[in-house]
Parts: sequence; structure tokens; C-alpha cells
Amino acid sequence: MRIFDPHIHMTSRTTDDYAAMAAHGVQALVEPAFWLGQPRTSVGSFVDYFDALIGWEPFRASQYGIKHHCTIALNPKEANDPRCREVLEVLPRYLAKDGVVAVGEVGYDSMTPEEDEVFATQLQLAKQFELPVLVHTPHRDKAAGTTRTLAVVKESGLEPHSVVVDHLNELTVKEVADSGCWMGFSIYPDTKMDPDRMVVILQQFGTERILVNSAADWGKSDPLRTYATGQAMLAAGFTEDDVDQVLWRNPVAFYGQSQRLDLTGTEPDDTYEGNSILRGARA
Amino acid sequence: MRPEVLTPATELEMLLPASARTWLAEARRQPLETAFPAAARKVGRDRLSPAWTTDQAVRVLLLVGAPATDVLDVYRYGDAAEKLAVLHALSVADVAHPLDDQALPIIEDAIRTNDRRLLAAALGPYATHHLPQHAFRQAVLKCVFADVPLAVVDGLPKRVDQELIRMMSDFAAERSAAGRDTPADLEAYLTCPP
Repeated sequence: MRIFDPHIHMTSRTTDDYAAMAAHGVQALVEPAFWLGQPRTSVGSFVDYFDALIGWEPFRASQYGIKHHCTIALNPKEANDPRCREVLEVLPRYLAKDGVVAVGEVGYDSMTPEEDEVFATQLQLAKQFELPVLVHTPHRDKAAGTTRTLAVVKESGLEPHSVVVDHLNELTVKEVADSGCWMGFSIYPDTKMDPDRMVVILQQFGTERILVNSAADWGKSDPLRTYATGQAMLAAGFTEDDVDQVLWRNPVAFYGQSQRLDLTGTEPDDTYEGNSILRGARA
Repeated sequence: MRPEVLTPATELEMLLPASARTWLAEARRQPLETAFPAAARKVGRDRLSPAWTTDQAVRVLLLVGAPATDVLDVYRYGDAAEKLAVLHALSVADVAHPLDDQALPIIEDAIRTNDRRLLAAALGPYATHHLPQHAFRQAVLKCVFADVPLAVVDGLPKRVDQELIRMMSDFAAERSAAGRDTPADLEAYLTCPP
């Protein structure tokens, strides 16, 4: 099983996590810029964080044979803090980098006017830099937040296929499926989605335009939830080719729209029409 | 700086395929902060010689004639590949000579990182010429810690002094007390002091 985790915050994870991910087939990942639990109070903290996302963290990942890319944005939570607003001015510098494959995470947290403005501004930056967009949906008032998110995306003039709307669940997936945007799901130990519920959604909506991520960060989370979802899919009767589509080819197709994805050195698909040609040679 | 160890920019230009030359001519009219990060996507990353890839050569050529503040800025905001290109540019005569010692903060920053690629690239001829002796000794010892082969350090063996030998010997003693091997390229300095 080869895995591309399209959303994971490796800055918060240990080298043991990198080793375990590599051992379970994770060969590539995207680390979205988000908040760090502790609020930041100046633009300098963001600049250092962005520098780590395009410098130090890809180096750490490479030591475990994992390709690391990132997304860059001012996240919705900190968009509300006037001390962080200047971050918008440094974004163009980072959106020009090779390792940056999307604008994100943008979207809503508390659905304030400040969030409206910062979200819309960054959607225009995505157009300008010809990058896809990773949109976070709020944890509180999720369904209403998702509806509003889709309206803002539509208004921006961006093509739906260049946008993934993330952290979906049973109640929000249909609206996003109908919009033409990509559907993102975060698989968590306790909250958000779990592998078995994910399988049910895949049975209902199919395997296209769907991204499955661990969204592992500094909270209680698990970088191997992508692998667990692949196993749950196989147990439910999906083929290895279905799993490869969801856990590898879909994220490659979505982030590949940036024209900046560099996957040299990753191993090719070891399945052909659902049969493993390695016959269990790898975990 | 000893001229024989520096590469002239014309030599790099000659390595470039025609398509990269065309893009370079166009990019020289753009702001450096736009052209520099875009270079690898535009010209590719093919290896042109044992020392150079297309993207690195093009990035170095973009720095020819750039004022010191621009060079420092491009390094400051660069990703790892951009930072590496700036460090390599300091081994090119047309970049290194006009800068004199103004790029020393770049070398010091790269030595402070834990990225082996940056550390190794920092210890080229520019560091040999400009880095103070104390910082040079510390950088060499850091290479030993970080598994950077000492053969890549341009300033070795010529800048070895008794103090560096003492530091290396202490390090070897520490390794031996811990029951660990001493790297082979360090042994050579311990058995044949200058």
C-alpha cells in the first residue's frame, strides 16, 4: 500500500512518527500551514514557521524517504487577530516556492467579518499564483460553515476542481460532492471521522474526488489513520486499486494541479488491476 | 581569495542548454525575488556537470551583479534549494569578488543549521578565505558530528592548526570512552598532524 497523506502537521510530530509512517507505506505528504495551539502575536513567528515548512521539515522528512510539500496561508483562527494581519503581505514571497503546492488552510473558524475578508483575499492569491486551495471547515456550526464556504468559493471564480473542502462528515459531504469541489476527510482517534465511517461514505459516494488524511497535529491524533482507512477499505471489499486511488492517485491529481509536485524517488504503483505484483513482499 | 579555486561565471553559462539560456535572459529583466524561486520549475534540475545542476547554475547566474542586500535577502527568504544555490554562488568569482566579506552572515547561518547539505555547501572556498579561525574549527567539528565527510571542506587540510587537532583528539577520546568508533576521516588528522 502506497500512501500520500494530503494533510498532516509534521512540525508537531516526532521522528518515531516519520519512521512508523514510512514503515506503513507513507511516501509523500502535504503539511498545511495552520495554527500551533498557542496563539502567535507577530508576523515574525509566521515567517519562521513558513521557513520551517519549506526548509527544515522537508529535510527531516527526506531522512525517512518521505517527500514533503506544504501549503501556505494565514489560517482562519488567527485571521481574527489584528497583530497577525500583516502575514497577508509576506504570503506572495512563499507562494512562489517550489515546495508550496496549494494555498491553505483558509476558510472559516468563527465566521467573522475578518475571516470573510482574509478568506476572499487568499482565494484571489490562489488565482494569481495558479495554485489549488485547501479549505478548512469549522468544527463549530460545521454545516452552516460549509454552505457559506461553498458560496464564497463560487463567488471567487475559482474552478471547483482546484478546491478541496476538508474535515467533512456525513452531514456535509453531499453538498460538497454536488459543488464539484474535492471532498476531504480527516480520520481521528476520537473526533472527526473514523475508518469505518469513512468506508461507508466511500461506498455511497465512490472513490473519485475524495482525499483521506490523518490531519495529525499537536492534539490527540494518529499519523497512521490513513493506513487504517486503507485496511478498513480492503476489509469491506474494496480492491487494492481502489485503495491506491484514494490514498495515492487522488492526492497526486489534486496537488499535481500546482505543477510543482516532485515525487522523484517514490516507488511506483505495485498493483495492477487490483493484484499485488509484489505478492506481499512489502508491509 | 585564491583565484584558482573559483569558477568563472562564463564557465557556467557554457554548461547551460539553449532553453535555460533563453529563460535566463528573460528572468534577468524580472525582480530577483520572483525569478530566483521560479528558476527550478522553469529550467529543470538536470545535472550538467559533477558540480552543477541546471537550476543551480541559473540561480547563480541570476546573482551575478546583484547588490549584497539582494543576495542576503534571497538567502533569507529562500527554501533549502535556493539557500544551497546562494552558497554555491559564493564559489563563483563573479559573485564572490564584488561581495568581499559581506556574505559572511550567510555562511554563519548555514553553519548554524542542522541541514547537512547547507553545512557542507557553506564550507567552500569563500569560508576558507573569510571565516575566522575559531568559527572554522567549530564548523569542521560540526561536520564530524553531522556525518559530513571532511573531504568536502575546502579549507582542509590547509587551515588545520594545533587547536583543531586538540579538539579532534578530545572528540575521538569521547567517542572511544563511549565505546563508539571514531570516523576514519578524522583519524587521518590525528595520526598525521600538520
